[in-house]
Amino acid sequence: MSTADTSTDELTAEAERVLRICTACMYCDGLCPVFPAIDDKHEFRLSDLNYLSNLCHNCRGCWYACQYAPPHPFAVNLPATLAAVRRRSYADHLWPPVLGRAFGSPVTGIAAIVSLIVLATLAFVLLSSPPAALFGADDSEGAFYRVLPWSIMAGAAGASLLWAVACIGLATLRFWRTMAPDVPRGALLRALAPALRDIVTLRHLGGGGPGCNDVGERTSHHRRLFHHVMVAGFAGTALSTVSAAIYHHALGVAAPYPLASLPVLLGLVGGVVMLAGIAGLLWIEHRADTEPSDRTEVALNVTFLILLGLVTLSGLAVLAFRETPAMGLLLAGHLGLVFGFFVVLPFSKAVHAPFRAAALLRAAAEKAAAGARSKRDRG
Amino acid sequence: MSSTWDVVVIGGGLAGLCAAIAARRAGVSVRLLECAPSAFRGGNARHARNFRVVHEAPTRYVPDAYQAREFLDDLARVTQGDSNPCLAQRLVAESETIAAWLMANGVPLQQPNVGVVPYSRRTVFPLGGGKAMINALYSTATDIGVAISTDSEARLSRQSSNGNWSIDLTTATSSPSSIDARTIVVCAGGAGADPAWLRSHYGDAADGFMVRGTPYANGRMLADLIAAGAGTVGDPTICHMVAVDARGPRFDGGIVTRITAIPYGMVVDGSARRIDATGAGAEPTHYARWGPRIAACAGQTAYLILDADGLQRAAPQAFPPISGATIADLAEALGLDPATLAQSVNAFNAALPAGAHPIASATFAAYPMRPGVTFVHHGVAVDDHMRIVWADDRRNDTLFAAGMIMAANVIGRGYLAGLGLTLAAVFGRLAGTEAARHVHG
Ligand SMILES: Cc1cc2nc3c(=O)[nH]c(=O)nc-3n(C[C@H](O)[C@H](O)[C@H](O)COP(=O)(O)OP(=O)(O)OC[C@H]3O[C@@H](n4cnc5c(N)ncnc54)[C@H](O)[C@@H]3O)c2cc1C
Ligand code: SF4
Ligand code: SF4
Repeated sequence: MSTADTSTDELTAEAERVLRICTACMYCDGLCPVFPAIDDKHEFRLSDLNYLSNLCHNCRGCWYACQYAPPHPFAVNLPATLAAVRRRSYADHLWPPVLGRAFGSPVTGIAAIVSLIVLATLAFVLLSSPPAALFGADDSEGAFYRVLPWSIMAGAAGASLLWAVACIGLATLRFWRTMAPDVPRGALLRALAPALRDIVTLRHLGGGGPGCNDVGERTSHHRRLFHHVMVAGFAGTALSTVSAAIYHHALGVAAPYPLASLPVLLGLVGGVVMLAGIAGLLWIEHRADTEPSDRTEVALNVTFLILLGLVTLSGLAVLAFRETPAMGLLLAGHLGLVFGFFVVLPFSKAVHAPFRAAALLRAAAEKAAAGARSKRDRG
Repeated sequence: MSSTWDVVVIGGGLAGLCAAIAARRAGVSVRLLECAPSAFRGGNARHARNFRVVHEAPTRYVPDAYQAREFLDDLARVTQGDSNPCLAQRLVAESETIAAWLMANGVPLQQPNVGVVPYSRRTVFPLGGGKAMINALYSTATDIGVAISTDSEARLSRQSSNGNWSIDLTTATSSPSSIDARTIVVCAGGAGADPAWLRSHYGDAADGFMVRGTPYANGRMLADLIAAGAGTVGDPTICHMVAVDARGPRFDGGIVTRITAIPYGMVVDGSARRIDATGAGAEPTHYARWGPRIAACAGQTAYLILDADGLQRAAPQAFPPISGATIADLAEALGLDPATLAQSVNAFNAALPAGAHPIASATFAAYPMRPGVTFVHHGVAVDDHMRIVWADDRRNDTLFAAGMIMAANVIGRGYLAGLGLTLAAVFGRLAGTEAARHVHG
């Protein structure tokens, strides 16, 4: 349950100041669920700030709509304030906790670790496989495993994935515990479906209807669209991996698979679609107003997108050049990037997904518990 | 630019935007001049939330119904008849189409089941509030080819022999210039944001007033028009003022500094003695009663005293309350005399007014308050084509006014929630249409 912690640091004080003005104002109440969640609140605990900051989808609608945005002396900048609180909420709840401390400079950390893992993979492959296997222009069945034996490949991938899932799972659990709503279990159950709908549809990137302020004062649905495209592409590549596993274990056929096979087709289409989504999101980040955002959060977004883009590109490169002598090194590089991606996932922007999902679940649960509320008449 | 504009709109608040869009859509060339920098464009609509519309049946954006008859009755009640019936009827009738017109011009409205807006069958809410509405209208105006200049203050100068107007322009960046216009629509807002103007009508006390809206609606244009011979309506010494937090900014505090919790506590002046605003009670109209009452206090300052119970009942405020564990502590924090404040509280508790709550449970809290001016009941006279009527009853086919600058034609006194935006949008649209019609001849 929530802890009534009272932190007096600057960021908390600024978040409280801004939210207090918003609560007195509420003109933005139709834009997103953050506003209904602060309705009539007189004070905000740290757990509430963590909750609210993750409920915010950074649609930036309330920046352009704000009558108190700077240069007004109130200088309300809710999106940037919540982004900073949100980043702190990641750092405070990452698991193992030491990652939270490393989160101080996440971009350098991510770049360094991924580079190291890629180099290590390349070195391992260069040292362990005979040059004939590595540069042999071989694309017959089992060629990939002559570059890196299946057991090592699957072992490293499995271990890094398990690490990612375990860390993110535990971090999410820690986060949920500090901000879980005080509602009956029934309400929580009733909230599952609506919360899931909000999560899957990215409803709150809709700015309450007209879309979010992706890049500036005008609204659009581009960010939401590109995010969907990226996730769909990711799902395609994940299905490709699953189908490959089925081929391998159930059908007993080893990679590489022919172009017309399910794993290759899913991987190809998924990869291209994902790249389109990533490019779109990067383009939006590049053009967006910087004022309503938190610089480090933008850096986290960009780092994550570039990393995911590199993983995808290197995978497509393996497919494109698998009949050439470059295949061996390309495959090693791709695998290194995949391992690295999973290893850094628990302190990358990826944590936004489960944290936001948790916040949406709390919002839906509180709504389910409140039922029909009575409203004041403004005449 | 040496060409002559068909329509020049002075003031880029809601009235000005609606005038510019309506005129431009009628096919004439339009230039919009706004004296505020772009961050503060839009006038007082930035601070507004909802507007009043007639509708015969529920729509997606407003429940139940609000008949024209009811609107007219409401208006007659608050103005006590101090309202031009012809303009009032026009306002009410055209309010029925204004929401759809604004939507067609890019303004998203909020559905009543979204967010936490209170039930209101009389008003609709732009999604994201007034500033979001203003942003949408600026985008639309730009898209359809209205030439917009912010940071550009207009002063009316003269009418040449061919009937065209010359307008002097002062901008922040370039040297003064002048532009020519076939017709002018003045939407520069009311007076009241200019401290010197306030002092000239309200005396030294005016220095203690806050102005809730934009400092850019400074009334100079209104003064120009009056100097040129425009007829006036209303009374510059009557204004709508409410209690606002004394810690807020002198200008532009908007909605969040309004003190809403007065019915849950007790008000004292700087000598810590209780004051009351006759007939204020807990009705929504209590706001407008407390403003003038506080303006009459020494230093234009008063204090709302609450106990823990009252504070809990109150809606959240932009500033945290000043608090004290005891009444004496609170008095000290406020710089009031502890003994007098204790006496006032005891006397209040001993003889509670009807509906009031005793001030008994610690922690005690207080808000320092000042009067905040919302608008002044004073402006230029117009006819039902929005043409300015001169003091000698002449009118000029090329000079129009709309919005707060002529609001006193309809609300000579009193106020109805959501009336200001409706009035600005309806009369702005009308004035723009009339100006374009004149250009077409
Ligand atoms: C705090 C507050 C809350 C309110 N809430 C509501 C509400 O909820 N609902 C409602 O219906 N009404 C509300 N109102 C009233 C409503 O905001 C106004 O009635 C309405 O916005 C008036 O619009 P306008 O365009 O006529 O004038 P203004 O908004 O005053 O606009 C005048 C514009 O002209 C510009 N200007 C002035 N002089 C010049 C010049 N010489 N040259 C160029 N430009 C110039 C100014 O910068 C300004 O942008 C509120 C008002 C305030 C202050
Ligand atoms: S962001 Fe600004 S306009 Fe929106 S609710 Fe907060 S203070 Fe009000
Ligand atoms: S940025 Fe968007 S999601 Fe975040 S608080 Fe503002 S309106 Fe809500």
